[in-house]
Amino acid sequence: MELFLNKELVFRNIKGKNQQEILAYLSGQLFEKGYVKEEYIQAIQKREQQYPTGLPSTPPGIAIPHANFELVNKTTLAIATLAEPVDFYNMEETDQTLKIRIVIMMAIGEPHGQVEMLQKIVGIIQDELVREKMIHAKSDEELLQLLAQAVK
Amino acid sequence: MKRILVACGNGIATSTVVATKIKEYLNEKNVQVEMTQTKLMEVPSKVQDYDLLITTGQFEGQTGGVPVVKGMPILTGIGAEETKEEVLNILTKA
Repeated sequence: MELFLNKELVFRNIKGKNQQEILAYLSGQLFEKGYVKEEYIQAIQKREQQYPTGLPSTPPGIAIPHANFELVNKTTLAIATLAEPVDFYNMEETDQTLKIRIVIMMAIGEPHGQVEMLQKIVGIIQDELVREKMIHAKSDEELLQLLAQAVK
Repeated sequence: MKRILVACGNGIATSTVVATKIKEYLNEKNVQVEMTQTKLMEVPSKVQDYDLLITTGQFEGQTGGVPVVKGMPILTGIGAEETKEEVLNILTKA
């Protein structure tokens, strides 16, 4: 399945009090723009509570929320940088919080066709420089470009 | 053939990455394996049929003696080699 990346899913320096607000915003945008079904909005919250997606790394931290592929219309990534760090729980130690500055919400319709992309997204946690560039991106185009290069 | 169960939150994203990388590594070492992905929630009902469980995400349930390896280093790359060797050791000594 083809990966659709679009500037309409790039959000810089957004503000949210907590992870629920950030998740609601991004999943709402994916729904409004037709990439996911409405149920995805609920599913992403539930999934994050049960199985958090904060990834342990050096700052700035990254989280990769995602939900059931049946709820995805078009495979894409929505990316947000956060004006202030927001606590997400650690995927591996679920009672531990991580300070997250970058959220990549993955809407994946067919996971086995996306193994390489998934590996590369996760690989971003090993690349502190690209994460720094992402949070300092001066335009949506620049942030989209960084994301596109990282998953290429 | 050895059988490995790889589990993550919904059995889709991170388990796909871990399963792919482990399989590539083991094939290089001439160890033939069958990988199955699942949700963490379904591990207790399935794990008995496998030689090894690899998890990304926290798993504290019982495996009835089936060895468990944490797959997060494979995802993050930090400590990946040690984790792969651990997997190889478990499969070749069993």
